[in-house]
Amino acid sequence: MGIVSPGFTGRRRPGGEHLPPGQYLVTDFPVLSAGPTPKVDTRAWQLQIRTETGQVHAWDWTAFRQLPAEDITVDLHCVTKWSKLGTGWRGVSLDTLMSGVETAAEYALARSYGGYTTNLPLADLLDGQAWVAFRYDGDDLEPEHGGPARLLVPHLYLWKSAKWLTGIDLLETDEPGFWETLGYHHYGDPWREQRYWGD
Amino acid sequence: MARAAVLGRLTWLVGKVTDVRDETPTARTITLEVPGWPGHAPGQHVDVRLTAADGYSAQRSYSIASAADGTRLELTVQRLADGEVSPYLAGVLAAGYPLELRGPIGGWFLWDAADPAPVLLVAGGSGIVPLMAMLRARAAAAASIPFRLVYSARSPDDVIYAGELAGLQRAGLDVQLVYTRSAPPGSGRPAGRITAADLTAGSWGPDRAPAVFVCGPTGFVTAAAELLTAAGHDPGRIKTERFGPTGG
Repeated sequence: MGIVSPGFTGRRRPGGEHLPPGQYLVTDFPVLSAGPTPKVDTRAWQLQIRTETGQVHAWDWTAFRQLPAEDITVDLHCVTKWSKLGTGWRGVSLDTLMSGVETAAEYALARSYGGYTTNLPLADLLDGQAWVAFRYDGDDLEPEHGGPARLLVPHLYLWKSAKWLTGIDLLETDEPGFWETLGYHHYGDPWREQRYWGD
Repeated sequence: MARAAVLGRLTWLVGKVTDVRDETPTARTITLEVPGWPGHAPGQHVDVRLTAADGYSAQRSYSIASAADGTRLELTVQRLADGEVSPYLAGVLAAGYPLELRGPIGGWFLWDAADPAPVLLVAGGSGIVPLMAMLRARAAAAASIPFRLVYSARSPDDVIYAGELAGLQRAGLDVQLVYTRSAPPGSGRPAGRITAADLTAGSWGPDRAPAVFVCGPTGFVTAAAELLTAAGHDPGRIKTERFGPTGG
C-alpha cells in the first residue's frame, strides 16, 4: 500500500470492489487512440492472417461475415485506469479464423488500418479468449471504437484489442508493437497490473 | 532524450507539494518537488496514486505542465464535479502535502526539440496542459522553430495559463484563442466551435507539413482531427491525446 494521502477518503463506486488493481469503474465508453480515426470502407476491407512461413489466409468483408459469429459479454480494462463491465459484442472467434491455419508460431502481431500494431502470445488469441468483433451493444461497431472490426482480447489491457484490425502476423519471435515499443508492458495482464515496462 | 525518459521500471515516488495556484475557477496547478524524478519530455504524463487511511486507493493519469527542470514538476488538474481524484488534487491538496506518483509515461505524444518541423498545437479545454509543456520546453530551449497554438476554451474565464500565453504571444508566438460559448468584447471571432479556418489560418496549411498535436476531450479531438485530415494534413503527422470526462 502507498503512503496515506492526508484528507483523502475516496469516492467508492458500487461494483468497483472487484476490479483489477488501480482501476475504476465507468459506465460510458471512453475513446483512446494515438491519431485520427481511420475511415475504413467495408467494400475495401480485408483481414489477413499471415503465418511464419508466409502463407496468407484472407477474408473480405462478405467472406468474414459469413463465418460463424457469437455474442460475447466481457469486462474491459484500459491501461488509462477505467474499466467497463458487462459489455456486449458480436464477433468471430479467433479459433474459427485459425481453424484452417497451420502454424508453429508462438507470437502474434496484430496490425491495424492507420499503422497501429500490438503484440501478444498466440496462445492468448486461442481457446475462446479472443474475437474479431464487428458489433458493439447491438449496433455496427463505430469507427471511434475500432469499426468496422477490431480485435477483442478482454483478458488483457484494452490496447491489445487493436482497433481497425486488418492483419495478424504469426511470428516465431516476439516483436513489440506500437505501445510496447513506447514503454508499455509486453503482455499487459490487468490483474497483475502490468501497465508499463518492468511492472 | 524522449525515448530514454520512458525506459526502465517506473517506481512509485513520493513528491512534496511546494505550491498550489488556481489557474481558473476549476483548474489548479500543483508544483511538486520529487526526489528521484528522472526527467521527462514535453507531452508526457504521470500516474498519481491517492491512498485513504483504510488502504483504499485510486489512480489517475495527469499530464505534466512544466518543461524538464530537475526534480521540480508541475501538474495542472481540472476539477471534475463528479470526480474522485481531481477534487482532491485541485481542492484539498496544499503546500507541504505528500503526493505519490510515477512516470514519466508515454513515448508518443511528445515534442522532440531536435525536430526542426514546425509545430501546430490544438488544445481543447484542459487539453492545453501537455501542449503548454511543449511551449515551455521551446521557450526554455530558446528554440526558433515556428509554433502555432489554437486553443479552444468555453470563455475567457476558462483559459488556463492566460497570462503566460499572452506573454508568449507578445513575444511572437502565434496564438489563436477560440471561444466556444462566449467571446470577449472586441474579439474578432464570434463564439463557436473550432473550424477549419481556425486551424489553417495564416501560413499553417497542410503544405507546410507541421507536426500536429491535438489534445482535449474526445469529441473535440475527433472534430479537430477530422478538420485537419479533411484540410489535407497527413494523418500520420497528427498525434492525438484524448481524455473523457469520466471519473477523473
